[in-house]
Amino acid sequence: MFIPIYFWYSAFVIVLCGILAISLRNPVHSVLAVLVLFFHMAGLYLLLQAEFLAAVQIIVYAGAILVLYLFVLFLVNLKEELKLSAFVPGVWLGRGIAAGLFVLLIWMLPSFTSGIKGNWPSAAVSQAGHTKALGGELFTTYLIPFEIAGLILLVALVGSLVLAARIEGEQSGRSGKRDQNEHPALPPHQEEVQP
Amino acid sequence: MIEQLVVLNPAAFSWGMITPVLPELVLLAIGVALIVLDLFAPRQRQLLPWMTVLGVSAVLLVNLGMYTPAEPGAMLRNDAYSAFFCTLCLASVILAALMREFYSTQVQSHQGEFYSLLVFSAVGMMIMVASVDLITIYLGLELMALPIYVLTGMHKKDLRTSEAAAKYFLMGVFASAFLLFGMSLLFGLTGTTNVAEIGAYIGRNNLADNASLVMALALLIAGLCFKVAVVPFHMWTPDVYEGAPTVLTAFMSVGPKAAGFAVFGRIMLAVFPELHANWGPVLALLAVLTMLVGNITALVQSSLKRMLAYSAIAHAGYALLGIAAGSASGMAAAMSYLFIYLFMNMGAFAILIIFSQGVEQGESIDSCRGMASRNPVLALCMLIFMFSLTGIPPTGGFTGKFYLFQSAVAAGYTAAVIAAVLLSAMSAFFYLRVIRLMYMSGPEQQPAITAPSVGMLVVLGIAVAGVLATGLVPGALFDWAQRAMLP
Repeated sequence: MFIPIYFWYSAFVIVLCGILAISLRNPVHSVLAVLVLFFHMAGLYLLLQAEFLAAVQIIVYAGAILVLYLFVLFLVNLKEELKLSAFVPGVWLGRGIAAGLFVLLIWMLPSFTSGIKGNWPSAAVSQAGHTKALGGELFTTYLIPFEIAGLILLVALVGSLVLAARIEGEQSGRSGKRDQNEHPALPPHQEEVQP
Repeated sequence: MIEQLVVLNPAAFSWGMITPVLPELVLLAIGVALIVLDLFAPRQRQLLPWMTVLGVSAVLLVNLGMYTPAEPGAMLRNDAYSAFFCTLCLASVILAALMREFYSTQVQSHQGEFYSLLVFSAVGMMIMVASVDLITIYLGLELMALPIYVLTGMHKKDLRTSEAAAKYFLMGVFASAFLLFGMSLLFGLTGTTNVAEIGAYIGRNNLADNASLVMALALLIAGLCFKVAVVPFHMWTPDVYEGAPTVLTAFMSVGPKAAGFAVFGRIMLAVFPELHANWGPVLALLAVLTMLVGNITALVQSSLKRMLAYSAIAHAGYALLGIAAGSASGMAAAMSYLFIYLFMNMGAFAILIIFSQGVEQGESIDSCRGMASRNPVLALCMLIFMFSLTGIPPTGGFTGKFYLFQSAVAAGYTAAVIAAVLLSAMSAFFYLRVIRLMYMSGPEQQPAITAPSVGMLVVLGIAVAGVLATGLVPGALFDWAQRAMLP
């Protein structure tokens, strides 16, 4: 009795927070909605007897990544927000497509049949220990995907440095130190752009 | 306790898994070396493009010579299919690296990180084309796309570049969500992430009529169509292609697109062969729509770069027609067409970079006015590329289209092929307009063109040779593609 109620409560909060996160105007509120979402996601992992994943969800996602988001939001001046024109002509067209997709997904749900079970049913996982089972699989069977994910993080690091250096290079345009080395023929009007 | 230790014995890891990724590892090392060189030897910056070209060429050769036997559980596989696409993707990286130096002198922006990010993106493409597992396909896709998002926004000359980068990033993430949803449905339905095993499971258990499998198929098609910019999922393409630095646009419209098609073909032909009756007509319809929108909108463009961006959309439609055929010969025709497209598109963009003289955004089509009398050799090259993009006989564009249409007709899509032929006849109007401006109108008072650099000349030479060779002796390329499609 308790478990279905708990599931439906978590699922409802997750969907609600997801919608709130994309519709709230204030980015800090959005991040807080995502925080609540992550906590309920961890609750769902607990329901699946995946305690390790639940803990990681809270420590890494809620604890580290979202706090980082908050720092970025506080540090970046949001008044200089980049405004994009809408991709679809009307708001209601997008909502209509989303609703249609939702109905389609609900419609296909009854026909869903579960496939073959893998080598790790939940009994085997709890017998071996979550950390051990996960670590063993991650570093043997899934070593290559794991390393690719690491490489993606390296690229993200280099990429964010490149983009940050670009902004810094523009702002130090007034002092001119970096730009004299890098762009010997910088046109003079560039310096007037920065307030 | 002892059983548990046996389960987690380090010997359970087989080093055989590493062998297929050796070329990727070498390429990764080159990427890291490029970062280090850029950081610690800033005076030797002019070496970076040549190091990139040399390193990537070496990896290309290693990859061509390496066929590892297929292991049942391996996530990456070096078969003939992946070797073909790998060659295509790495060639686009080499050409982009060769064009970059000339371009960055013109727009006065030297960033050494360009080369390392380009190489990282190439690693992602190699992983994508060699993947036979949904997990590595997805991770390779992200690894390919992430450096390109950054490269798109690297020059901050005006807001358009930032807008293009933001738009590309958002749409890319959106497409990834579709793709992931489809993949997770597939995994739930079959319990495995291996592409071949999923296909076998669907065949064994008669899942072909299952509504959730059809939904997974639809989500996967939507996600992949976003990635290769097929109508109606193309909205991001013109703005991104126009806003990005021109060298990157040339690269984006060839390399990553080819990698996307590699995944597209692999998934469609290996996972969903039973459902071909479902996805074949849909893809054929999307292909016709793509050609229609791409060609018609290209007609009214006054900017050469934007025209080439729409033409890139249209050409994705032609290649999609080959996949829609659902046969090995159709896929082989699509693969050869993508290869020919590498030459003609890279060549056209190289000429665009030379003509536009560092004017980043507003390369009006008028910049080629009277080019035949100002620089006859460049005009002749452009003539060849435009003929090939239209599909006029002595060039590769003709043979590529010929084989594509032939395989589509063989698969029964006659109406789609008729539409495609009509639309490519229409595309002649805007491709040949460039030629008319170059040859038939008098030169205006314009500044002299900067002489192309060595790298640029090499690119032009390769492109012209490629377009003419695939047009005059197409056999070798088509045989190679056919062999790549054999199991």
